[in-house]
Amino acid sequence: MGTKLLTYEKKDTWIDALCGVTKLVFFLCWSITSMMTYDTRILALMLVLSLIIFKVSKTRWDQVGTVFKFILFFLCINVIAIFLFSPNQGSIIYGSSTPIFTLTSRYVVTIEQLFYELNIILKYFTIVPSVFIFIVTTNPSEFAASLNRIGISYNIGYSISLALRYIPDVQDDFRKIKNAQMARGIEMSDKGKFMDRIKHTAAIIFPLVFTSMGRIDTISNAMELRGFGKHKKRTWYMARKLQRNDYIVLIVSILFMVVALGITYADGSRFYNPFL
Amino acid sequence: MKKFGIKGVVATGIGTALFVVLTQVQIPLVIVPNTALQVRAALLAFMSAVYGPWVGLIMGFLGHALGDALFYGSVWWSWVFPDAVFGLIVGLFVKKYAITEGGFAVKQIVTFNIVQVVANAIAWILVAPVLDIVIYAEPANKVFAQGALAFVANVIIIAILGTLLGVAYSKIGARSSSLKKEN
Amino acid sequence: MNPIIEFKDFTFKYRAQMEPTLKNINLKIYPGEKILIVGPSGSGKSTLSNCINGLVPFSYKGDITGELRIKDQDPAALGIFGLSKIVGTVLQDTDGQFIGLTVAEDIAFALENNLIPQDVMKERVSQVAETVEITSLLQHAPSEMSGGQKQRVSMAGVMVGDEEILLFDEPLANLDPATGKRAIALIDQIKKQEQKTILIIEHRLEDALYRDMGRIILVADGQIQADMTPDELMCTNILETHGIREPLYVTALKHAGCTLQAKDKPGNIDTLDFTPYKEAVQNWFSKVEIPTPTTSHKEVLKVEHVDFSYIEGKPILSDIDFSIYQGEMVAIAGKNGAGKTTLSNLICGFIKPTAGNIYLNGDDIAPLSIKERGERIGLVMQNPNQMISKTMIFEEVALGLTVRGVSQEEIERRVNNTLKICGLYPFRNWPISALSFGQKKRVTIASILVMEPEILILDEPTAGQDYKHYTEIMEFLKQIHEEKGITIIMITHDMHLMLEYTNRTIVIADGQMLSINTPAAILTDEALTEKAYLKKTSLYDMAIGCDISDPPAFVDRFISYERGLR
Repeated sequence: MGTKLLTYEKKDTWIDALCGVTKLVFFLCWSITSMMTYDTRILALMLVLSLIIFKVSKTRWDQVGTVFKFILFFLCINVIAIFLFSPNQGSIIYGSSTPIFTLTSRYVVTIEQLFYELNIILKYFTIVPSVFIFIVTTNPSEFAASLNRIGISYNIGYSISLALRYIPDVQDDFRKIKNAQMARGIEMSDKGKFMDRIKHTAAIIFPLVFTSMGRIDTISNAMELRGFGKHKKRTWYMARKLQRNDYIVLIVSILFMVVALGITYADGSRFYNPFL
Repeated sequence: MKKFGIKGVVATGIGTALFVVLTQVQIPLVIVPNTALQVRAALLAFMSAVYGPWVGLIMGFLGHALGDALFYGSVWWSWVFPDAVFGLIVGLFVKKYAITEGGFAVKQIVTFNIVQVVANAIAWILVAPVLDIVIYAEPANKVFAQGALAFVANVIIIAILGTLLGVAYSKIGARSSSLKKEN
Repeated sequence: MNPIIEFKDFTFKYRAQMEPTLKNINLKIYPGEKILIVGPSGSGKSTLSNCINGLVPFSYKGDITGELRIKDQDPAALGIFGLSKIVGTVLQDTDGQFIGLTVAEDIAFALENNLIPQDVMKERVSQVAETVEITSLLQHAPSEMSGGQKQRVSMAGVMVGDEEILLFDEPLANLDPATGKRAIALIDQIKKQEQKTILIIEHRLEDALYRDMGRIILVADGQIQADMTPDELMCTNILETHGIREPLYVTALKHAGCTLQAKDKPGNIDTLDFTPYKEAVQNWFSKVEIPTPTTSHKEVLKVEHVDFSYIEGKPILSDIDFSIYQGEMVAIAGKNGAGKTTLSNLICGFIKPTAGNIYLNGDDIAPLSIKERGERIGLVMQNPNQMISKTMIFEEVALGLTVRGVSQEEIERRVNNTLKICGLYPFRNWPISALSFGQKKRVTIASILVMEPEILILDEPTAGQDYKHYTEIMEFLKQIHEEKGITIIMITHDMHLMLEYTNRTIVIADGQMLSINTPAAILTDEALTEKAYLKKTSLYDMAIGCDISDPPAFVDRFISYERGLR
């Protein structure tokens, strides 16, 4: 329950100094490339690059360690599940089958399957550092401001800003309510009957949800009294102008995506096939 | 569809914050190991049913993306979109539930549950697996099994907790002039 | 000079209600005035202020008759955005008002919405931040700040737009006494520096009058009952009649049989000339008798050299050491964020002490789980809405027993019994949503009492309540305290509560326990109150002003006289 949330932490690096919008575009290009490509060479390159960026951003292990362990666990389950459901997926994709050893008649471990699953693992490892870096180096205020710049309505930008503003408050209320209800004997443990567990959960989340909803009216009033929504546009205190570095990163990100996807799809398939 | 106004902005913001915080609240299903009912799914259904399609759509999208990013450090886009689609569909029928007017009775509860089952089916049996295949080239039988499991889990938690939230909130808003003290 | 705000035969009825909330209001407010609006809950004072800032009728719909003009304009024509350029509102709920991710952004919010260019915005924000003395906090997030600091941000956030009228809705509600005093001083300073018209809505009259106030407007039953200077108002009985608490020194003077005269300036303790009243007060002082307190010596709770810290070397609490005896009513007081809540969390077992022990009736409670402690130490949260999870009263009160698997008959018996004690029995089949705030509070207290705990801990039991509801809640607690002999601990910064209802007060500041003593002794100790962000009681100044040599004894006698009147 005591999961630690990833949070922004100010650091003096050139990555930190980039605009939120730049980092968002980088993050999107990077994610799209990583999602689309199954070209092992590109994935390997991305892995090396993301480790370098991770280093340059001075992100510390203790900022992301707990979360990383969780991802590793989830990854293992996913890889095993893929094998259980579809042990021949690799062979289907790469068009050949090179058995290594046989578990049962259905489950034959092939090099192709291992290679396919290696690609999946690589995908995880290319995407995870970019999310970490994005979150721990992006100032949330500046981010909300920058969304407006790329054409997203300021209403949505402000929704994100409000969400980030109130997450700590809601988290705090949640802890307080959970404690008080636990003292009354209502625990959200794994023990007990299914319906009881639901009832206990309800006893904790109902007060949380309803008091939070009470807040919606107060906040709406406060915002309205201070002129929110008056004009079609608004200015942002935290907005930053794009600098030289931003343009470089933007161009490099987009170029990288285009070239990487170009290489990937050059032979008409998103998979790199070493078995040909 | 109603305009996404100031109330919508705030409801989305607070709803998203709640969604993110509730990411850590899961009720394990004993029958199938390693799957849990996501309490936040019930929250999304409830908020969409109260505030309508825009709030549902944006809250589903932001909440899932932000919650996963902040807690798990990865965003699984093929599962972000289904939540957005789900919120949108449930929200489209906002007038039919009459939760804020205090009219969330049997007929409305049935409507709400029919809508949530259909919306869940579209989101988890259609959108999620298709995106998984298209984006991640995962094996079809695996992603459909996963989608089906998510569908069942969400339908159950929303049918119970989502309905209860609606009933309780509807009562809060109701006028109660017919009450008498008893001795 | 033309009034900046003028109500003429103004009546307003909310759409959902049968009766108008404001009836036939006639009121003129001139530029540069500083006005206090007082009134009990539900009197219409909030509606009055919402008419001025435009929430009525733009957000809360209803029917208006009569006329309201703000700066010689019709609010309906200005719209809520037009009004927001004239009237700046600081809401009571500072967490709701603070919407920016950081201080600077929150201050800039109104400017952002008005399309002010960034460079102008930055300059304006730093100017205003300087006025309210929060320059060093500009990059801070709200979660890193105290209630008082958040309120300063809210003030800056409305001042930044250069509105002529500033409206403060219960600015003192969530602040400790010393911080509240500073807030009032700051408002005064803003008025003088920036030539604003100031309206303060507040029911903590004595604290609000800490600085000069031009007029006091008393609203009750939707009408203006009084519109006069503080000096004049103190000479009447209007406050008492309408359930507003008078300043303590005024009550004490009345008890002593004095008839107050406006010329002696009783509006503020610092201006009041005690000379004409001295003799009467001294006479009264010598006559009042103090009953000798009957104290038990049976230790119920013993906190022994307890330390607590999240990070080694950064103690949140250090060496907290005290005992509480059977049947006491004790307050834990001190500055916001001093560690009061941490202490109650330690006692309830939500967190574990880094060092030291806690004993309940002689047993070390370290091995007990939260649930087991919950059966012996009951905790009542500040906001009842955060505790209530059922829709019906009976079910809510029964919840703690139900989850413990108590038999149905036993549940019925105990719940009904508790409901009777709490005066809720006639409502047992009501939905909780039909109850008032005070009644909800009772439900949460009942839901804890039903488990028959040995100690009851209440977090800010009366925060944000007007005098009537305050009295209602506290008299109720006193009654169950007497009937059940239960020991009660209250976390509070309400000094009236300490004085009137507790026999001892534990003072905590910056993680240290400064004192445990009678409230009269604590609230007459200048050095101690200052250190703990409390405020010495005006009775102390009154005793000095009347040449009474033993101020704590004077305070004690006042309290026992008051208790005798209840």
